[in-house]
Amino acid sequence: MKIDFTLNGEQREIDVTPMSRLLDVLRCDFELTGSKEGCGEGECGACTVFVDGKAVNSCLIPVAQMQGREVRTVESLASNEMLSDVQQALIKFGGTQCGICTPGIAMMASAALEAEPNASRARMRELMAGNLCRCTGYQLIIDAVISAAEARRRHG
Amino acid sequence: MVKKKQNRESEPVAEDFRVIGKNHGKVGAMDRLTGVAKYTDDLSLPRMLHAKILRSPHAHARILNIDTSAAEALDGVFGVVVGSEMPTRYGVIPWTPDEQALAADKARYVGDAVAAVAARDEETANAALKLIDVEYEVLEPLCSPQAALASPLKIHENNKKGNISKHVKLEFGEVDNNLKKADLIIEGHYEFHGTNHAAIEPHCALAYYDNKDLLTIWSSTQVPHYLHRELAKVLVLETRQIRVIQPPLGGAFGAKSEPFDLEFVAAKLSMKTGLPVKCLYTREEVFFAHRGRHPFSMDYRMGFDQNGHILAVDAQTILDGGAYSSFGLVTTYYSGQLLCSPYTFDTFRFESTRVYTNKPTCGPKRGHGSVQPRFAIEVQLDKAAHALGLDPIELRRRNFLGENTRTVNGFVVGSNGFPECLDKIEEASRWRERYDKLPYGRGLGVAGSTYISGTNYCVYPSDLPQAGVQICLDRSGRARIFAGCSDIGQGSDTVLAVIAAENLGLEVNDIRVVSADTDLTPVDLGAYSSRITLMMGHACLMAAENLGKKVREAVAQHWECSAKQVILAGRRAQRLDDPEMFIPIQEAFVLAEAIYGTLGTVGYYDTPKEGVHGEYRGAPIGASPAYSFTAHVVEVDVDAETGDVEVIQIWAAHDCGRALAPILVEGQIEGSVYMGAAEALMENHELMPSGLNPGGRRKHGPGLEGVLAHTSLLDYPIPTTLDTPDIASIIVEKPDPRGPYGAKEAGEGPLHPVIPAIANAIYDAIGVRIDELPITPEKIVAAVQAREEENMKGVRHASASAL
Repeated sequence: MKIDFTLNGEQREIDVTPMSRLLDVLRCDFELTGSKEGCGEGECGACTVFVDGKAVNSCLIPVAQMQGREVRTVESLASNEMLSDVQQALIKFGGTQCGICTPGIAMMASAALEAEPNASRARMRELMAGNLCRCTGYQLIIDAVISAAEARRRHG
Repeated sequence: MVKKKQNRESEPVAEDFRVIGKNHGKVGAMDRLTGVAKYTDDLSLPRMLHAKILRSPHAHARILNIDTSAAEALDGVFGVVVGSEMPTRYGVIPWTPDEQALAADKARYVGDAVAAVAARDEETANAALKLIDVEYEVLEPLCSPQAALASPLKIHENNKKGNISKHVKLEFGEVDNNLKKADLIIEGHYEFHGTNHAAIEPHCALAYYDNKDLLTIWSSTQVPHYLHRELAKVLVLETRQIRVIQPPLGGAFGAKSEPFDLEFVAAKLSMKTGLPVKCLYTREEVFFAHRGRHPFSMDYRMGFDQNGHILAVDAQTILDGGAYSSFGLVTTYYSGQLLCSPYTFDTFRFESTRVYTNKPTCGPKRGHGSVQPRFAIEVQLDKAAHALGLDPIELRRRNFLGENTRTVNGFVVGSNGFPECLDKIEEASRWRERYDKLPYGRGLGVAGSTYISGTNYCVYPSDLPQAGVQICLDRSGRARIFAGCSDIGQGSDTVLAVIAAENLGLEVNDIRVVSADTDLTPVDLGAYSSRITLMMGHACLMAAENLGKKVREAVAQHWECSAKQVILAGRRAQRLDDPEMFIPIQEAFVLAEAIYGTLGTVGYYDTPKEGVHGEYRGAPIGASPAYSFTAHVVEVDVDAETGDVEVIQIWAAHDCGRALAPILVEGQIEGSVYMGAAEALMENHELMPSGLNPGGRRKHGPGLEGVLAHTSLLDYPIPTTLDTPDIASIIVEKPDPRGPYGAKEAGEGPLHPVIPAIANAIYDAIGVRIDELPITPEKIVAAVQAREEENMKGVRHASASAL
């Protein structure tokens, strides 16, 4: 089945089995290996991508559903080789250790800040609850995201 | 930069360093954030095949015959391998080689590997597995230590003592005498359950044998060197024919610290097919491979004098080992040997027995072998404090081991910041105002611990260095470090870069670290037992100091001054007495290369061996160059009606000697605390209750025994952001003369106290003890009910007496 969709800003067409998981198509067909597979059942969030601007687990989505949609992966998060504020904050605050969850965390945090720029710390914990990290204990991740939110408010 | 004058007697302070102790981005963090970092499963090679492994549905069964002909005939299958093709028994501890890459004669747990297929894709490989016909003779499953100890049936036929994998009994001083003298005896029975590491990255290996005498294997291992040796043994190759590369690793925590079936399978199938072969575990296979926390069944008896001093500790422990030895010999020693600080005991005896069972193999999860006994002893101390009417922190202070001393079992302890850790958490948690004074349902609990910074001995006999690095300087003003150690997320690459940058006048960004590639890097033993910061830190310091000296001498010649007058800092070489006089660091490197030729050097480290432990059988096991210390306070909210426990906050103070990279230390403390709290309250690597069929997923042996209760992260839940409390991490620095710049470990010690501290806090909150982990709402409700029934009996008894 042929599927047309926008991937990281470019129009792409691919001929695949319609029930292929979006994650596999991204990793294998487009060699975008930034999205990771930790569980394959929507529990860990390491495969988080944006579909039409909304954060989703790409391991749960059949690629057929992507017809005409806009998909963004972690590879598109930095623009012109400049890291986004969320990416910079995660580095600065030590919000990444082994890094396997990090692409998903960076994507979800970006989506969370867009959706609720004034989220409290407690609310940010709720927004990030779909992404498992086994290294950090989340403290420094939440610190980083809260700091990025504060910086956005300061700079308008 | 002119160094501040300092008193030679005192330790250098943070201001004396330019790079050490400052916060830097983590080496490799940029690649992680942008998705560029290539983990093992992100790699692919042209014409690469995918391997899948057939696993035993029986907990205990003899393998009578394996027919692979139908699988081999399937379109898309390129190769099949069975156990008889790799018969050599191996084991990460050379004294206990009881594993085979694929079980040839017997399957010893549900999930034991028996055959493997390489095919054009995973689907085809999985289809081929279904065509393999294995004839089993099903044996009695021995799924608990009690069953295994009672049965005449041996899980390992060649084992000398039935199903006992290891037995250790050691006594220091006259324990029975001291127990007789004691004013107070505290006795308790404690159960610690099994837990899995659950790294987010499942194990993965990619192997390519190029038919020109070189097998390259990319593996998510934390011990490339040990993997290298075992691959050579099992595949009957020379080590020079094998190159092990560890790509970026997605979490390990001890889960990846020995060879696994997938590495042998990928390698063997590549040798058979001539094509690259990748093998990636499913989450269920991660739970099969396991090597997680051993379930411990512990009986503790401790004697105290009336002032709370510990007179005797007597510990009896049964370890549920699972199917194979893994590090079990060491675990069995650690279960007692690592207990002897931060408190001082007059006498100590422990007897530990590790038992083979038909379950996934237990091994070295973060805090190997010492997290379980730490739970028992710290709860015992809490009980003693209550019995004596002493504050639990005060009781711990009274039993402080001290600095520059020896433990009762002979370990030499250097710096010891335990009292400072206690002070910090006492203050931060407002303990004095609040302990024992909070309303019913709220409570505070305290516990302490220690851990090793590496072990004094390699797992195999060796007079060689434990750690080695090579550093090269280049003309652009950069340095390259080649290091055998494994950055598993803890940040060891960053630690090396910080040490090199400090000595070479560079910034951390100026340093490229090439690590964990057996063709490119000198040997380091691996990321286990919290050894890298101390050992590789020393090796890196030695190499960097040597190179720095050459650069300073070259600049001194150029300036016609003494090398002592030249300092390297901030990407410059400067005159110490004239801050206006400097050259960029790359010019300094060029001057040095012109004089000395190509600039490179090596550094290495081996542990002290003389006089650092006692002289008895097993004395070196657990002896370390330096010990970290930790104390935690936990605040909980307990609903006595429902048994729900909410951890409100955890204060964790950790003495890491010196924080070379404080943000990494903080990350290690918080990650440890999180993982420990989850063990106390959430996680349980356990079998299905006998007789239950987990959704009809597979065929079972008799009684359906030995089947894991969980196959995924849905039914083995690990904490989310919402399950994890705020963690206040407090770094305590008591530099140790045996650590590089005084540094000790930070990655495992801080896991220990949180579990007993939670149990002790629950007691402070509602007055019941849960001595069997994990602490579940059911257990709390049952304990509260039992107490109420006890009270009612008391009331009835009192009323009856009144009549």
